[in-house]
Amino acid sequence: MTRLLPRTLLTPAVLAIAIISIVPLLITLYYSFVRYSMLAPGEHDFHGLANFHFFFTDGAFLPALKNTFVLMFSVMAITVVLGIALGLLINDAFPGRAIVRVLLISPFLVMPAVNALMWKNMLLNPIYGLFAHVSIFFGATPIDWLSEYPLLSIVMMVSWQWLPFACLIFMTALQSMDKEQLEAAGMDGANYLQQLRYLYLPHLGRAVSVVLMIEMIFLLSVFAEIFTTTGGGPGFETTTITFMIYQQALQSYDIGAASAGALFAVLLANIAAFFLMRVIGKNLAK
Amino acid sequence: MTNKLALHTRTAAAWFFALLLFFPIFWLGLMAFKTEAQAIATPPLMFFEPTLQSFQEVMARDHYAGYAFNSLITSVLSTAFGLAIAIPAAYSMAFFPTGGTVGLLKFILSSRYMPGVGALMPIYVCFQYAGLLDTRVGLTIMFMLMNLPIMIWLLYTSLRELPRDILEAARMDGATVFHEFRYIVLPLSVGGIASTALVCMVWAWNESFWSLNLGASNAGTLAWLIASYSSPEGLFWAKLSAASLMAIAPIMALGWFCQKQLVQGMTFGAVK
Repeated sequence: MTRLLPRTLLTPAVLAIAIISIVPLLITLYYSFVRYSMLAPGEHDFHGLANFHFFFTDGAFLPALKNTFVLMFSVMAITVVLGIALGLLINDAFPGRAIVRVLLISPFLVMPAVNALMWKNMLLNPIYGLFAHVSIFFGATPIDWLSEYPLLSIVMMVSWQWLPFACLIFMTALQSMDKEQLEAAGMDGANYLQQLRYLYLPHLGRAVSVVLMIEMIFLLSVFAEIFTTTGGGPGFETTTITFMIYQQALQSYDIGAASAGALFAVLLANIAAFFLMRVIGKNLAK
Repeated sequence: MTNKLALHTRTAAAWFFALLLFFPIFWLGLMAFKTEAQAIATPPLMFFEPTLQSFQEVMARDHYAGYAFNSLITSVLSTAFGLAIAIPAAYSMAFFPTGGTVGLLKFILSSRYMPGVGALMPIYVCFQYAGLLDTRVGLTIMFMLMNLPIMIWLLYTSLRELPRDILEAARMDGATVFHEFRYIVLPLSVGGIASTALVCMVWAWNESFWSLNLGASNAGTLAWLIASYSSPEGLFWAKLSAASLMAIAPIMALGWFCQKQLVQGMTFGAVK
């Protein structure tokens, strides 16, 4: 009885997750070995490794691989560093802290499609955008962000969205610090940098791992920001692996090649997840 | 004296950065109340007579209510069904752990590491066969499955924090598992469940990839509506802003209102 029930309670969830992760994977595996283009429907004959060859030798592949990592790691670095700084800043009480928290939380609540269009049109636009106005105000030439620094523009948008998440997790984690220990350190003459190095940062370790774990899931599949702003361009400058697969599937209608790419993405994600889990897995499951 | 100065400096800095981060949203809101001509005026107008014209045009042209309804129904139902599956699972793992529990938790989370685009074609085909394309039922199922792994994790971390002695006392008194769950675990974990629900609702509401690819005119959510504005670029900023504001306002109001819960929900038990 006590053994059977927990398993029964677990079954629907495990089943649902198994279905959603294993079934698509098997179908993708099948597609990746057949010739399957929506432009030439009909028989799905065996295609060997041609789809993989096609995907890996595509001109977009290496840039996309690079962009995927650049995007992921720079957003992670920016949000963790600034998130900790902001978290420390708002850790102690000050007038209006509740409102500051509400303001800080807001970007997290903005839908990625709105985020992208807002940055593209109202902030980064070289003629009417706010950044252009600020540049002109200071006597500088406005920058056409999305064509001159496309990947940086995407990094800015995504970082803006995820900074609140990081900041709020760090802030909550800081709240649970041992106040007596901090006071004792202060009494013993530890300056702020020393306290930061030996007390605050070690305490935040677990929170940092949570932020990295969750951000990685969402950053690997950044889509709306690229789709609605640069469309992967100019050239391949903002094409990520995710976006490249999307293009092959829905713009070139080559399901076979897209599936080969999807398998590669799954492999990539799992390698990344494996290392991440090794570092933080036991930390999380305690 | 120096303490006071430090407090003032910190207060000013915190307000400055908060306003800086919030500014894009404020700017978007400002645009929404301008006319198209005012929206692209150089230098930008800070003071102008607000108009509801753009909102009216969006309402008249786009059946906003229909998209908003789709967003609401899919995010609420996907969260509710998700909880119905995730709560028992998290409860089981938190209170009846076995040797395989940690491995199972890792498997559950790792399933979320597959980028959506990798699963798009198979799911598209399955949905086509099942007649789920462009239906609210289809999107609800997708959002639910998408959030399920994280939902289980969030609930698991919050259930793990419940005091164990109460449960043991109840078991000694002969409470059945159902009673234990109904009268002890559930009331104690209402906060954690609400937090989890809130985070998952935000993610479902804001989800773009599946809405764009599995929804359309029938089941299109607000994310779908906004993406349809990306083509006539730059021409109708006031209208785009009004539509965007209407798309983010409901979930943002909810997030602000339940700020504490939302923050708690996002922490994944990271505070301990």
